Amino acid sequence: MLTILFDGIAYGMLLFMLACGLAVTLGLMNFVNLAHGAFAMAGGYLTAVLTNRLGVPFLASLPLAFLFAAALGAILEPTLYRRLYRRPHLDQVLFSIGLVFMAIAAVDYFFGAQQQFVRLPAFLKSRFEVGGIGIGAYRLFIIAVCGVLTIALQLTLLHTRFGSRLRAAVDDPRVAAGLGIDVNRIFLSTFAVGSGLAGLGGALGAEILGLDPTFPLKFMLYFLLVVAVGGTTTITGPLLASLLLGVADVAGKYYVPKLGAFIIYCVMIAVLMVRPQGLFARIGAR
Amino acid sequence: MAASAQPPTPGARMRAWEIAVWLGALAMWFIAPRYAPLFNEIAILALFAVSLDLILGYSGIVSLGHAAFFGTGAYVAALFAKHFLPDPLVGLAVAVFVSTLLGLLTSALVLRGSDLTRLMVTLGVALILYELANRFDNITGGADGLQGVVTGPLFGSFAFDLGGRVAYLYSLTVLFVLFLLARRIVDAPFGYGLRAIRDNPRRAAAIGIPVNARLTAVYTLAAAYAGAAGALLAQTTNFASLDALDFHRSADVLLALVLGGSGWLYGGIVGTVAFKLMHDLFSAWTPQYWQFWIGLVLVVLMLIGRDRVAKLLRRVVIRR
Repeated sequence: MLTILFDGIAYGMLLFMLACGLAVTLGLMNFVNLAHGAFAMAGGYLTAVLTNRLGVPFLASLPLAFLFAAALGAILEPTLYRRLYRRPHLDQVLFSIGLVFMAIAAVDYFFGAQQQFVRLPAFLKSRFEVGGIGIGAYRLFIIAVCGVLTIALQLTLLHTRFGSRLRAAVDDPRVAAGLGIDVNRIFLSTFAVGSGLAGLGGALGAEILGLDPTFPLKFMLYFLLVVAVGGTTTITGPLLASLLLGVADVAGKYYVPKLGAFIIYCVMIAVLMVRPQGLFARIGAR
Repeated sequence: MAASAQPPTPGARMRAWEIAVWLGALAMWFIAPRYAPLFNEIAILALFAVSLDLILGYSGIVSLGHAAFFGTGAYVAALFAKHFLPDPLVGLAVAVFVSTLLGLLTSALVLRGSDLTRLMVTLGVALILYELANRFDNITGGADGLQGVVTGPLFGSFAFDLGGRVAYLYSLTVLFVLFLLARRIVDAPFGYGLRAIRDNPRRAAAIGIPVNARLTAVYTLAAAYAGAAGALLAQTTNFASLDALDFHRSADVLLALVLGGSGWLYGGIVGTVAFKLMHDLFSAWTPQYWQFWIGLVLVVLMLIGRDRVAKLLRRVVIRR
């Protein structure tokens, strides 16, 4: 029981890492980016290649996965994404689905359709019991890494100059621009960091979520779900939403495996019907 | 939603070029009978695209899960033919009825919320149906698909041949009848009401259009059309599989419609022909990686702006 809760929390933290960049894209620029999972996949594959083919230690490959995905985001944002900010949502959806298709086919071309495995170091493979709870070292590691990053994110958002500019830009980009805040530049850096976090999440999650070319499609709905339920105005909202989703999904798959992801989808529709603006969103925000 | 242009001919009479389009489709039956299965598929997908156009192009509802109704129609038609009655027309009617019902039930879900909520909810509904079809494999055949479906002869006398010639005529006729109906509907005050809602729901409500009732009606109608398309596919191929409910279905039909231009009924047909040609070209060239090029087309199309492409296409087709 508690083991499920623990695994669920690890899973939820992972989802948060993967999805928090999307919250910014949606909240700041009102851009529906279905291709967010592609950045996660990029990070995951980079780690797989580095550890399996080049023999780079797993821990050293994690920051590289972050940097790689962030660089990818920093390249694509000004060249492609920025042109579509003012377009209708349909255009953004089609554009990002196109990117997803391209990413899937490209990864299939270079690495094949089979699932990729990331070689974990021995100390992360162990399992131990604390007070009757079975704890996997790797899941504990995930919780620790994501926890530290979440706190760092929260502190950056609340207590730095960049954070307050970002929050201003999320609340109202036009007024923020009028006050001399370079919204474009803020968005470029946040997009890059968000993509980087997704890449890191993809690298960390390769072991748990499974990594194959269809990754961006398989988890697309999960990312959207985190953002839609959690709202885009804070990072605690998406965090709570991902923890909830992680625990519910792990528990659902454990207790009623026959229904699979069915429960999650039903819960999502119910939540969206009752609170279309998200469970934890501020009323009155966009 | 971006405002799309008005239909070229408000009014019920068919223009010369419209008649030419339909005669051309019919002529294909005589000119290239070898390709009848391909034309059959195009007719079915065109009906599916017209269905999406009703909600997306005319009413501004962005759906990422329109395959839900397509798949429902396919499975219902296949199951009905397998277990109850093989007659295609009765099967079509039953499949349309069931998907209409599903459309009516789920229409409440798309009335509220923003584009994002809508696209997630529609995606969610399609995923739920996919999961259900996958789990209850004793009924649906699961990942192997539903096999052993035999569709009876049309009107009791025209059997579906392997060459797909009867199938194409059947699908084309259904497409034609339903298309005329849709054309009548979007040219009626009802259709103008829908366009008003698409362009500005609040103003539409302010001038007395019952927004929710109209959206419910059109969503249900579109579900019926998509169900009919799915039923046609199941009946003419004697097969129903998870593929009919897959995310790719929803994405492909979106692309086809956008290629041809939304908010214009012929856009669905023109777009489907273009999409299908492109698809065959790419998959003949790189069988495994055609998806990449489809994706590239989408990205480039969006960067250029789909309005511009659609306008160009319309000018070529109509030649005014």
